[in-house]
Amino acid sequence: MATSPSQTAMPTERSQSSRVLDKAFVWLTGAFAIGVGFVLLAIAFRVGTDALPAIQKFGLSFLTTSRWSVNDEVFGALTQIYGTLVTSFIALLIAVPIGIGVALFLSEDYLPPRIKQPVVFLIELLAAIPSVVYGLWGIFVLIPLLKPFGIWLNTNFGWIPLFSTAPSGPGIYVAGIILSIMILPIIAAISRDSLVAVPAEIRQAAYGLGATRWETIFQVILPAAFSGIVGGIMLALGRAMGETMAVTMVIGNSNSISPSILSQGSTVSSLLANQFAEAGGLQVSSLMYAALILFGLTLVVNVLAEIIVRRFSLKL
Amino acid sequence: MASPEFATALNMKRSSMSPRTLFSSVMTVITFVCAALALIPLVAVLSYVLINGASSFRLSVFTQLPPAPGLTGGGFGNALVGTFLTVGIASLLSIPFGVLAAIFLAEFYRDTKLAETINFLTNVLSGVPSIVIGAFAYAFVVLATGTFSAVAGGFALAVLMLPTIVRTATESLESVPRDFRQAAIGLGATRFQTTVQIVLPAAIPAIITGVMLALARAAGETAPILFTASTSRYWVRSVWEPTATMARLVFDFATAPYKSQQELAWVGSLVLVALVLVTSILSRWIVRKR
Amino acid sequence: MASELQSARKTETVFRTENLNIYYGDFLAVRDISIEIPKNKITAFIGPSGCGKSTVLRCFNRLNDLIKSFHLDGKLFYHDQDLYAPEIDPVEVRRQIGMVFQKPNPFPKSIYDNVAFGPRLLGYKGDMDELVERSLKQAALWDDIKDKLKAMGTDLSGGQQQRLCIARAIAVQPDVILMDEPCSALDPISTLKVEDLLQELKEKYTILIVTHNMQQASRASDRTAFFNVEANAKGQRTGYIVEYDRTEVIFQSPKEQATQAYVSGRFG
Repeated sequence: MATSPSQTAMPTERSQSSRVLDKAFVWLTGAFAIGVGFVLLAIAFRVGTDALPAIQKFGLSFLTTSRWSVNDEVFGALTQIYGTLVTSFIALLIAVPIGIGVALFLSEDYLPPRIKQPVVFLIELLAAIPSVVYGLWGIFVLIPLLKPFGIWLNTNFGWIPLFSTAPSGPGIYVAGIILSIMILPIIAAISRDSLVAVPAEIRQAAYGLGATRWETIFQVILPAAFSGIVGGIMLALGRAMGETMAVTMVIGNSNSISPSILSQGSTVSSLLANQFAEAGGLQVSSLMYAALILFGLTLVVNVLAEIIVRRFSLKL
Repeated sequence: MASPEFATALNMKRSSMSPRTLFSSVMTVITFVCAALALIPLVAVLSYVLINGASSFRLSVFTQLPPAPGLTGGGFGNALVGTFLTVGIASLLSIPFGVLAAIFLAEFYRDTKLAETINFLTNVLSGVPSIVIGAFAYAFVVLATGTFSAVAGGFALAVLMLPTIVRTATESLESVPRDFRQAAIGLGATRFQTTVQIVLPAAIPAIITGVMLALARAAGETAPILFTASTSRYWVRSVWEPTATMARLVFDFATAPYKSQQELAWVGSLVLVALVLVTSILSRWIVRKR
Repeated sequence: MASELQSARKTETVFRTENLNIYYGDFLAVRDISIEIPKNKITAFIGPSGCGKSTVLRCFNRLNDLIKSFHLDGKLFYHDQDLYAPEIDPVEVRRQIGMVFQKPNPFPKSIYDNVAFGPRLLGYKGDMDELVERSLKQAALWDDIKDKLKAMGTDLSGGQQQRLCIARAIAVQPDVILMDEPCSALDPISTLKVEDLLQELKEKYTILIVTHNMQQASRASDRTAFFNVEANAKGQRTGYIVEYDRTEVIFQSPKEQATQAYVSGRFG
């Protein structure tokens, strides 16, 4: 070795190029970060501009009429909007109580951790199964399984408008039930996180005052976790409204509005799934209009969910 | 002395018939029932997919083309290739995009208003229905290029995966201990050097885990593929032509009237579910090992 | 109403333990506790950390039942009732034996609802406003917050939160109040306020307090139990009572060498 380390010249100043590189790197990452937000805007903008001809032609009557005629170029999406809202509502009706029940089951000490972890994992897996697989299962298993039940409802309670049509296999109620299975893990997982986040000291305080387990849960734990749970439900609602494949495969895809949940119907997403590939002209524009409505609906729900969850997480 | 104002009997004895005890027992039973109800569909879906899929499974499904309507045999070799192709294109687009954005959010602008806003938009983006993303990709790529293609499908999946990648990468980077950065900066490293040489390598395993999960999910996504990649009965020759994918194949064959096609739909489902399951278990195992 | 409890509450000894051994699984955490706790007195548990004084305290309202591996042998009588007899409902026990915890733990509810929580559980039929006011006055918090009863309990200062927790505990008019290092998270001024409060509360309640602040024990308590801990061959640490007597005896003329060493600060 010719030179000892002390004699090696150490650069004392950062070279110009390294400083530029550093700055450029920060700028580059910043551009991509802002790009993520830009993608959201781009979706709204592009879908919006492509929907413009239909918006100009039909205006708000698109939301209030149900005629969808490719030949006459007259389009109204009331049936689909109705279908989206009804199926999502049925899904929430089933999934919210069960989901919160599951969350309580998993946040209390009923199971030893060794068993609890796999159960949590299994329920999370429910959310990971592709929508199209649920659809396949729905066609070949759920529809035949539910049909006798639908017929029973119709024969015994047919006087109630809700069950006033004879079930033909696919239908709104099947879509609602399959959606409830798909959103259950979201509600269960987020509710469980909110419940677990309630400090243990608060639970002990309630027990120390002589509250039973369920008095503690209802009067202390659930109220403390309330906003988190509501946020989870909103996210699940957003997911249910946008869910496409499973619903398309089991709802029947008919363009008719009926008060009966046993009848066939369609949703905004199933309309898009069925018609987009072969559409042209004003039909594409109308489909874009429908997509824009779906985008708007889920946007409102998701933003609300996001705000609720955020406020909650700041508080605890 | 006990106050007479308190109406309850001041008795410490346990009573299984008191309304409070009864209520507690009933509620406990209800939660157990809820847990069972939640697990039934999971078990049902998985077992049907496993039984129906495995009973029609042959190795040749991976190498053959789909059967013509009415014919038996055949496979979904082209769809498998198509899925890898579209997901591959989606990865090329979304992983660099997402990781660079995450570096900005976790390393350079953490806890700022700007980062908060972008995180918020990322979460909102992840809530956009996949079918709407499909419509966007249709307008953006299919209408512009005049053809359904693997690129259009890959673009749609990239938009779908982007928020997941940004989020998992941001979380992975943020979980790298502060000491690492301070040590590097203390030695005179620039932010670029600190990030690329110290922080990113430490976060890579976690990022890969998150990306793997996102990829497995994207492979099963059908809605954004429907009218972007569309489908094809032939092997892929170019990324600029309609391309078959597993998810689309399951959808088409599930609703087809022919038995042999329905069987292939079950086998295809088995492949998709296995993909998700294996990545989930693998990523969990990796997370636990660290 | 000649309930068992009212007759029970007449005895002058509130708690009596006989050879109490406390376990977590196989691990013996505290051994051989035999003490009597007198009525309307403040009894302090002192000792080095890990000596099991909090563990013993939590036996008196069966809060340890929440830990799955917990069990004990020996006897623990509350007045003349065996607290661990199979027919005893731990929930009922906790309604009569209140507890104040180390870290102030108000519910994320209003101040009013915090205090009213226990009485509502018990189905209290009287004037709730009056009871809340009385409890807050007893806890020396009323003057601080009387204009903002609807404010969140969690928004108060640490010392105020702890007094709110005391008000919450006494609102159900318990027989005994257990306090687990109630001042360890508080500043000196808040600590003094709570200590003054203890002297007023002992007129009506029996108080057990765990503290590692020896000045606090000597200032505030009537009787003191000194706990120590020893390790066995396997390195498991088991707590036990070295000496239990009137506070002035413990602090001025203890019988045991270890107590002398501890209270004079040469230990732990």
